[in-house]
Amino acid sequence: MPLGGVIFIVIFIALFGAFLVWLAANITGTKPVYNPVKYEPYECGIPGIEKKETKISVKYYLTAILFILFDIEIIFMYPWAISFREFISTGGGAFVFISMMVFIAIFIFGLFWEVKSKALEWD
Amino acid sequence: MGMGKDIFEITVNGLKLVVIFLMMVQMVPILVWLERRGSAFIQDRLGPNRVGPLGLMQLLADAVKFLTKENFVPQNAKTFLYYAAPVFALIPGAVAFSAIPMSSPIQVGTFEMFGSTWGPYTFLVQGYEIGVGIVFILGVSSLAAYTLLMAGWGSGNKYTLMGALRASAQTISYELALGLSIVGVIMLYGTFNLTEMTLAQQGPLSFTFLGHSIAANWLPNWGIFYQPLGAVLFFSAAFAESNRLPFDLAEGESELVGGFHTEYGGFKFNMFFIGEYGHMMIASGLMVLFFFGGYTIPFVSIAELNEWAAGVTSTAGKASALVALIHFLAFNIKFAFFMWVFIWVRWTLPRFRYDQLMDLGWKTMLPWALANTIITAFVIFIASL
Repeated sequence: MPLGGVIFIVIFIALFGAFLVWLAANITGTKPVYNPVKYEPYECGIPGIEKKETKISVKYYLTAILFILFDIEIIFMYPWAISFREFISTGGGAFVFISMMVFIAIFIFGLFWEVKSKALEWD
Repeated sequence: MGMGKDIFEITVNGLKLVVIFLMMVQMVPILVWLERRGSAFIQDRLGPNRVGPLGLMQLLADAVKFLTKENFVPQNAKTFLYYAAPVFALIPGAVAFSAIPMSSPIQVGTFEMFGSTWGPYTFLVQGYEIGVGIVFILGVSSLAAYTLLMAGWGSGNKYTLMGALRASAQTISYELALGLSIVGVIMLYGTFNLTEMTLAQQGPLSFTFLGHSIAANWLPNWGIFYQPLGAVLFFSAAFAESNRLPFDLAEGESELVGGFHTEYGGFKFNMFFIGEYGHMMIASGLMVLFFFGGYTIPFVSIAELNEWAAGVTSTAGKASALVALIHFLAFNIKFAFFMWVFIWVRWTLPRFRYDQLMDLGWKTMLPWALANTIITAFVIFIASL
């Protein structure tokens, strides 16, 4: 069986465990009694005035985009890191080291530009 | 790789997966008890001490209380997301925790059962061994960000949505520092496989640098002595990943109520709790594997331990079981220490403000992790000349 199958077994076990807990909670739990206030969205004891869709800051969106950018660059370092010693032992160490330093220099430039353009300022 | 070649091996491997899942789930109430007693100790209080000896039965009482709570869906909630979020909170923890090697493999020789001979087996003390262990664990555990968003969006409440956005923005920001801080570790061991990393850390500290052989017999050959900065960055980022204090900005009584799980109660809340503790367990496990020698015992190599075990037991199978037990204990002592550090830090440090948190992640930890990578690469490169 390929590895994917084993992972699905673990997911299934977790789902099954959650199902058992849900079942136990439904058997032992108190039966819901209707009360209009209870079903309202939580709002520190006063009637809620906002609609359910609230406005959110665009900063989160920006952070997510920057994350994707930098995370992909970091993922590129993994295969390099794992084969770095192999390259050194076969004599290609200097080439691999310098090319990665160029890549990291671009990375640092990107980070610097990002800080400079105040994309990371939270106020 | 796989479940096994005959019915016995498949059964044992399948049971192993269940046992590891239950281990993860069962550790949560114990850790909650430890956290409450530990916080009481730190704050000069008593903590739970009424239910059972030392308050240990408190766990059982809490579980029963969670189960007997009323189960309802708030009116604005999106029912599927609302129910799916706590269930999915369990999965990343369970899948990633199964990939952590907790002990050396157990060898089982041939034996007779049900009138037929069952061949020699090797059982790993981990759910499954996986070649790209680190990448897999990091990838799976970062799926938890989806859980937060599902819970926040599915509850249909502005506090939950804001809390979820905060928590996920924090999680992904620290993911960068977390991912980058272990590039040095990968370079050091030259492998993604967690078992190979563990085996590389046995014996006393010794390495060659510029043609000189350097050895320190009074130190174990642990990763922390090669990657101290990486260890600090990794552990701090792991705190932020698991939304623990001092980085628990997802919750805030005065501004966000309970964060993304404001609308959750009873067993659904409990599952979020298991997910959070699962993250802490994975972080502690990885900390032990990368920087503190995994399941190896300091100063004692695995070969020496195998030799000793072969002397005191009758068969090879029993010897490997004894060695596995000792390694399992060694792993758990280190593991428990890091779990205690999580609790200790929570009750020692004050929280950050949100802008400070993001600044720390992007402007301090990311550059330091980058510096760590460059220095490690440079030193490895120089050492080979």
